[in-house]
Amino acid sequence: MLLLTDRPIVLDELLAAVADPAAGAVVVFIGMTRNHNEGRQVEGLEYEAYPAMAVSELEKITTEARARWPIARVAVAHRTGRVPIGMASVVIAVSSAHRAEAFTAARFVIDRLKETVPIWKKEYFSGGAVWIGDQSCQSGTWQEPGAERASDPGTGAALERDGAAAPAGTAAGLARS
Amino acid sequence: MTVTVRLFASLRERAGLATITRTLDEGATAAELLDALHVDFPGLSGVGRIAVAVNSEYTDLAHRLRDGDEVALIPPVSGGCG
Repeated sequence: MLLLTDRPIVLDELLAAVADPAAGAVVVFIGMTRNHNEGRQVEGLEYEAYPAMAVSELEKITTEARARWPIARVAVAHRTGRVPIGMASVVIAVSSAHRAEAFTAARFVIDRLKETVPIWKKEYFSGGAVWIGDQSCQSGTWQEPGAERASDPGTGAALERDGAAAPAGTAAGLARS
Repeated sequence: MTVTVRLFASLRERAGLATITRTLDEGATAAELLDALHVDFPGLSGVGRIAVAVNSEYTDLAHRLRDGDEVALIPPVSGGCG
């Protein structure tokens, strides 16, 4: 079960999706919308997804989790749209014969989800809103002309990410707009 | 050739568009598309590093585009890298 939904996530649906008579453990991670971030009082969150690719990236992640650990089933649900504070924005459920694999795989899925799945979060606070995001981890990222680039001139490779200094923080850049 | 560009989150807001249809020279790379879009939409600057996906697969900037490709510009996603 890999689900993007603009409705509240129903935990029972994920538990049913990972039910397996051979599983002695189910681990559930729930990401909640939090009322503070970086010293700001947050009033609400909004999630935007690239739906087809979000699902295909989730498929890759869960396939990798199954290949790496002897887990039984895995289910992921992620909210889109506006989500009030104190609600589940993402839920990962993993079942396995024994608990260790389920804990490890659940941790892997949420960590990887935050790196590669194209879902963005906008934070609303008193006086404004910002899109949240650290620098992307993907290869082949692009920097705007004029930003510091790798030294190799005139090729596509010059634009690819490397060890060069990262540009200014995204949140700060957006806050100025 | 013509490609469809999809913009999300901060990039969508900065461009004021969710989808852009862009004509490019045959054999243009993803990097060349991005440079062209930066000229078309100066407001795209300031987001930080942008990843590129072609037809829903992450790719690198040297990737040569083909007519009809859907190119997604992926601003930093909501989690951290480290």
